[in-house]
Amino acid sequence: MVLTTPLHPRLVELNESQLWQHWAGYLSADRYDLSARQEYTVLRNAAGWFDTSPLHKYSIRGRDAERFLSGVFARDIRTCRPGRAQYTIWCDDRGHVLEDGVVFRHSSDEFLLTSAQPNAGYLSSLVGKLDVEVLDVSTQWASLALQGPKSREILATLAPEVLDLAFFALTPAKVEGVPVTISRTGFTGDLGFELVIPADSALVVLDAIIAAGKPYGMAPFGNVALNMARIEAGLPLYGPEFTSARYAFTDHDRFTPQELGMGWLVKNLDDDSRPFIGRRALQREAAEGSARWATVGIVVDWRAYHETYESNGLVPPKDSEPVGWETMLYDDEAERAGYATSYMYSPMMQAHIGIARVRPELASLGTTVHVETSVNHRYVNIPARVSALPFFKPERKVS
Amino acid sequence: MADTQYDALVIGGGHQGLVHAAYLAKGGLRPLVLEQRSFIGGAAITEPLHPGFSFTTFSYGLSLLRNEVIQELELVKHGFMPLFMPTTFAPMDNGDYLYMTADHELNLKEIARHSVRDADAYERYNHDFSRVQQLVKPIFDRRPPNFWSDRADDKDEIAWLLGHLGSADKKVIHDAVRLITGSAADFLDDYFESDIIKAHLAGSGIIGTKVGPMSQGSGLVMLYMGMGEHDGDMGSWSFHKGGNGGLTQVMARAAQSFGAEIRYGAVVDHVIVENGRAVGVMLHDGVELRADTVVSSLDPRHTFLDLVDPRELPSDLVEDVRRFRFQGTASKVNFALDGAPKYPALGDRTDMYRGFVSIGPSIEYLERAFDAAKYGWYSEKPYLDACFQSFIDPDMAPPGKHVLSCFTMYTPYELRGSHWDTERENLGDTVQRRLEEVFPGFSDLVLHREVVTPLDIERTTGLSEGNIYAGEFLLPQMWAFRPAPGYSDYRTPLEGYYQCGSGTHPGGCVIGSPGRFASQAVLADRAER
Repeated sequence: MVLTTPLHPRLVELNESQLWQHWAGYLSADRYDLSARQEYTVLRNAAGWFDTSPLHKYSIRGRDAERFLSGVFARDIRTCRPGRAQYTIWCDDRGHVLEDGVVFRHSSDEFLLTSAQPNAGYLSSLVGKLDVEVLDVSTQWASLALQGPKSREILATLAPEVLDLAFFALTPAKVEGVPVTISRTGFTGDLGFELVIPADSALVVLDAIIAAGKPYGMAPFGNVALNMARIEAGLPLYGPEFTSARYAFTDHDRFTPQELGMGWLVKNLDDDSRPFIGRRALQREAAEGSARWATVGIVVDWRAYHETYESNGLVPPKDSEPVGWETMLYDDEAERAGYATSYMYSPMMQAHIGIARVRPELASLGTTVHVETSVNHRYVNIPARVSALPFFKPERKVS
Repeated sequence: MADTQYDALVIGGGHQGLVHAAYLAKGGLRPLVLEQRSFIGGAAITEPLHPGFSFTTFSYGLSLLRNEVIQELELVKHGFMPLFMPTTFAPMDNGDYLYMTADHELNLKEIARHSVRDADAYERYNHDFSRVQQLVKPIFDRRPPNFWSDRADDKDEIAWLLGHLGSADKKVIHDAVRLITGSAADFLDDYFESDIIKAHLAGSGIIGTKVGPMSQGSGLVMLYMGMGEHDGDMGSWSFHKGGNGGLTQVMARAAQSFGAEIRYGAVVDHVIVENGRAVGVMLHDGVELRADTVVSSLDPRHTFLDLVDPRELPSDLVEDVRRFRFQGTASKVNFALDGAPKYPALGDRTDMYRGFVSIGPSIEYLERAFDAAKYGWYSEKPYLDACFQSFIDPDMAPPGKHVLSCFTMYTPYELRGSHWDTERENLGDTVQRRLEEVFPGFSDLVLHREVVTPLDIERTTGLSEGNIYAGEFLLPQMWAFRPAPGYSDYRTPLEGYYQCGSGTHPGGCVIGSPGRFASQAVLADRAER
């Protein structure tokens, strides 16, 4: 029997489309509205909320918690002060990424980690003699993302603390008397917040947020709209962009942070002597320049796209639902340039965009790559140019 | 004092003037846009006419703006943001409704509720209509050939056109001719039996034009209104963030980023012509501006009969422009509302307000609304193309409040035995009464009302007789005949004087093409010199 989240009673009421997927064993809405593009539009222009409760949540606490995590995570956790959150990754000893997640630091010795995959066994196996406790607290908490340009205004009516909450900061607050943790985080590339709420009081908080958001046109959004938003934000997703190196059969499915466009997380290794898993491999890669791939954005040439379809008697399709497979890319000599891991038509960008992995020498902005697609049941290549990530980066996200 | 620092003077800061100036600047010229008011936008403006509420005073929707303009002028970088409208809602007099959503197959069920046969008819209709759009689009998106010129590029265009039509399917050509010359009602009758479905589709055949759905010519308007596209959906409409005033702000930022400048409060008295050549403009306040190129984005009447001395022009052009029909018949009634109105059959639901709400439940209703206009009066029961814009863009009204834009047909510019200054509020009452019938309790929600008649459109924007397209959508005034045969290539008989307004092909609506095509003519001529 598929599981349901603490917010489920409201999800069911609101899900007009009755389209769901299974996420980490839970029912999770693909879309609530009849149109995912509508949810996306509301998210980008007003505000939307998303039930993130299926995420795995781990409490990591103890005198040595910081020391422990600084050896597990590739990003230096010591730079994350209490009251802050940090996006992080962890690697294997060859410097290949195992997973990513967001860690919330409540105090000097108390952390909460959220991740897409189960990690309790792996984390516990690394504790050794350290004074650290790793607890799976996934079912104790519901979690909820409130995102979009109006999210702050809406949430401030319930928790004024958010008005001066900085990007990636977190604060305890009370909503309808329920103690929650609010962080200025999210997966949409926009201004937004996430709430961690005691599971048994989660509906009370959600109902208060729904009521507060109604005058602002807020609406729930599902996985499709979230996927659109995070591609525009250039945020990698476990699944399309990478899977754990631990479970890969070949190195074709193992990637270093540098190859995934996450090099910025580990760029100052010479400044810190911190031992962590994969450190030496990452330093070697940096020194040798041996990364096989660069992660870039691609933007398809709109005119060539139109001409390709129109000259074949077709109306150019512009499907904003991200495609569920890899899209092959070629260079000017028709040699393999790489592949797009995520690809969609972006209404905000008015173009087909993708997150792509290309040969490092093709990574400079403006380089032409050719996107393989099929028209009238034949493969055709349509030119695109390499562009910076993220595609979408409003000032309000961090201001 | 003559000021000669600009290469081109663009008269009018509406969307065509802005697009045109942006292209000129992108092409390396230094254009100056002359706007008579203290803000840009022309008929595409958004105004805070009631505290906290934004009104799209005139133009209120977006569909036809060309991809070329969006992309070439990099509008996305400057804030271009069309907001998807996922619904259309058509209330009926018996309390029922037609409610179309973003779920195509659910729409077929909704249609079947009114007529089971019309569900698959809707599929056939959409496909046939799309194929006509496909045939027309390449013609629509090229400058029309001048059939009476000796220029090589005109000969090339004519050859291309013959080839294009020659390769088209017989049925598609025939459907195109039926739409272009026939009535919306006749075309729809071939497919549908349900009144509400026919009326829902025929509404776009009468927008802004003095034709009824049964008049020949309404098919042309219906086809024109289908020539837009959003995100791959042909004929779909959106609401730009902040209304079309938000869009013209985006266009102004784009134009300025390329180097165009805008001067406000600059009312042009006339174009200065010396030896048959335009050399500048004289402003009302006596300031003289000089430039090699002068471009009018105003309608053909202003461009040829007001800004220049018609005696400088060939008499065939003057005659054609004199008989060019404007006869505005559309008004806007805009409301600030204290809350959302209720549609009795749907209780407290408001999801059907996220797109156009079309009040005109049958072809006969629309045709009878037209009858009044034929005899110089406005409809007792008007056709309303309404939109609760704050449901699409919450920034249009304070939280929980709403704005309603009501495009109203038919309200002829010339009233028999009266005047719009007398009838303005009576029209407002007529529209409000109709809304009260559809949404009982509507009047209690009204905080503010603004009635914009064709006379007001003319007075404020300068559009002759308040025609929203800068000239009627009638076949003899379209394409190579817009604004007059032989003068459709954005040039004028006066060297250095050009036209880039909606009175040229494929103008009308927020489309951008005339501004773009005219820039090509200006830049090509300068390159030749």
